[in-house]
Amino acid sequence: MLLKTLSEARGVSGNEAAIREILLPAVEPFIDEHRVDALGNLICLRKARRERVAGGSERVLVAAHMDEIGLIITDINSDGSLRYAKVGGIDDRTLLSKQVLVGEKAVPGVIGFRPIHLIGRGGLEKKADISQTVVDIGASSKESAARLVQVGDYVTFRTGFEVLAEDGLRCAKGKAFDDRVGCAVLVEALQGDYAFDLYAVFTTQEEVGLRGARVAGYRINPDIAIALEGTVCDDLPKEKDADVTPVTQLGHGPAVSYRDSSVICDKNLVRLITETAAAEGIPWQYRRSAVGGTDAGALHLVREGVRAAVISVPCRYIHAPVSMVSLNDFDNAVRLVKAVLTHLEGGLEA
Amino acid sequence: MKALIKELVEAFGPSGYEEQVAELIRAKAQAVADDIRTDNLGNLIVLKKGTGGGKRVMISAHMDEIGLIVSYIDKKGFARFNPVGGLPISTMTGARVRFANGTVGVIYNEKDGWAGPGSLADCYIDTGATCPEDSPVQIGDVACINRPMEELGPRLTSKAMDDRIGCAVALQALLELPASPNDVYFVFSVQEEVGCRGAMVAAFGIEPDVAVAVDVTSWGDTPQAKPMAIELGKGPAIKVKDGGMLAHSGVKRWMVASAEAAGVPYQLEVLIGGTTDAYTIQTARAGVPTGCLSVPTRYVHSPSEVVDYNDVLNATRLMVQMLANPISW
Ligand SMILES: [Zn+2]
Ligand SMILES: [Zn+2]
Repeated sequence: MLLKTLSEARGVSGNEAAIREILLPAVEPFIDEHRVDALGNLICLRKARRERVAGGSERVLVAAHMDEIGLIITDINSDGSLRYAKVGGIDDRTLLSKQVLVGEKAVPGVIGFRPIHLIGRGGLEKKADISQTVVDIGASSKESAARLVQVGDYVTFRTGFEVLAEDGLRCAKGKAFDDRVGCAVLVEALQGDYAFDLYAVFTTQEEVGLRGARVAGYRINPDIAIALEGTVCDDLPKEKDADVTPVTQLGHGPAVSYRDSSVICDKNLVRLITETAAAEGIPWQYRRSAVGGTDAGALHLVREGVRAAVISVPCRYIHAPVSMVSLNDFDNAVRLVKAVLTHLEGGLEA
Repeated sequence: MKALIKELVEAFGPSGYEEQVAELIRAKAQAVADDIRTDNLGNLIVLKKGTGGGKRVMISAHMDEIGLIVSYIDKKGFARFNPVGGLPISTMTGARVRFANGTVGVIYNEKDGWAGPGSLADCYIDTGATCPEDSPVQIGDVACINRPMEELGPRLTSKAMDDRIGCAVALQALLELPASPNDVYFVFSVQEEVGCRGAMVAAFGIEPDVAVAVDVTSWGDTPQAKPMAIELGKGPAIKVKDGGMLAHSGVKRWMVASAEAAGVPYQLEVLIGGTTDAYTIQTARAGVPTGCLSVPTRYVHSPSEVVDYNDVLNATRLMVQMLANPISW
């Protein structure tokens, strides 16, 4: 299963080569050309397979980011423990007592935390102080640690992919669903026949500022851009019967953004997406939040501006060492993206 | 010019939903424009061609205003919302909003006054609906503050002086502009309030030799205002710097010289926070010499922004002077 392979692969922002190496053979049968640009974006072209409709789109860019959040080693202490910094947005509390893999050699380690026995009368702090934590690879000196790892090594969480339920929502757990789930949807979408040149761009460095998408968008200069994402899902009840806005809900279908903090999505493109979903009987939901950024934020501002939108698979516990998706939502996202690309043939209302 | 201002400031146009403002401006600009187009993001770009030998100038005034967007309709029919642009919580209680389809709603903030102002999550829009099925508005619908323009003696107040007053100045200058050597691109831009996004892509397309944004600026002449050497009624402001950009010194000199040539009073502006379209125009492509002409405005981002009408007239005179003559600094 490609999603499992992608989820378990290691590719923190700036270090996405391993993800590219999985994706390229997966898409190669369906594409006519590809290139890897200076920032590491994997840009794949599937030329139009059908006749272009007059007034229709010429170039459509669909992006999914390869990078995941993680850590980077900043120093090796004299006792062999490793200091680290976060790469991308991570809540400190999620780092405690986690298993990790360090560097190219995937050296196993842990981010240990003080046991409950040693917590003083003050009790448990609300906010963990991660400055006191280290990545512990079991090395007993700086020299022995330095034989295994070096400063600048990337650290990923050691989380296996697993399908937890074969029925119902078909929930699966794993790491890096943000945005390997988008990558996997894009691989599927590349297998359709469309009436325009489809640029599937697997981008880099989204989690640190939408950097890969910006330069890839500049190169391609598309008519329309769609970012595929894994997005926030907060559907577990906080208070009993609380009637508050969930951003998305698992199992309610792919999420369509009207805006986030990086982009106001093109209204006609959003309408085309939601009307396509309705016409094809594909469940969908709005992403009901204005926070968070996506590659669409960079893509819609390249050159003279690009009409853009975002389609996401809801991910519970996103930006943490483990998250959860519904494979039903995944399948419906694939259906929706393919249907939207088909409906885009006639172009987009001005 | 008051009728034009009234029409513009009362129009509906939160960031990303500027079409109604664009239609208004297009209808009035048509008679004098050499070309009008709308780009991918919705910027309205109006070209007034020169007689030749002059500069390629970009003027940018943003059409969008702050507003809100519905994120959820709760079980009792109240619409919950997210802000669009910098929507201050302090002005929410009792505010009235209007949606694109004309629906009016009242905002209430149940936490206001007890333990501080609460947060936007405590606010809701009451549209009169009693359940989601009844709601006249849906998720993704946007609204702006609903208030008519009023005259306060020599001053004008409205919900959207920021930046319809800039649109009014640019549009009036376009209508009054005599033949000049310069090709002037009047850009009525979108999405300034969420990051000066429209102006960024418009500047890429136009590739101007020089650019000037027209926007509101802050004030220093109320009882406990933060110190700022800007007063209403003392003339338009020529920007030196703000939170996002340093005005090109040559552009600033050209603006000052134009004000002096036209006998227009002016103030030099140093704004601590906030910025304008000039911020993203300045770094488009290989860089653009950029400045900003500001209309001093009180209570910016509140439902009742106040400008001095004479400042508006003088800003317009200054802009015509700047554009009507060969540009040098
Ligand atoms: Zn993401
Ligand atoms: Zn403004």
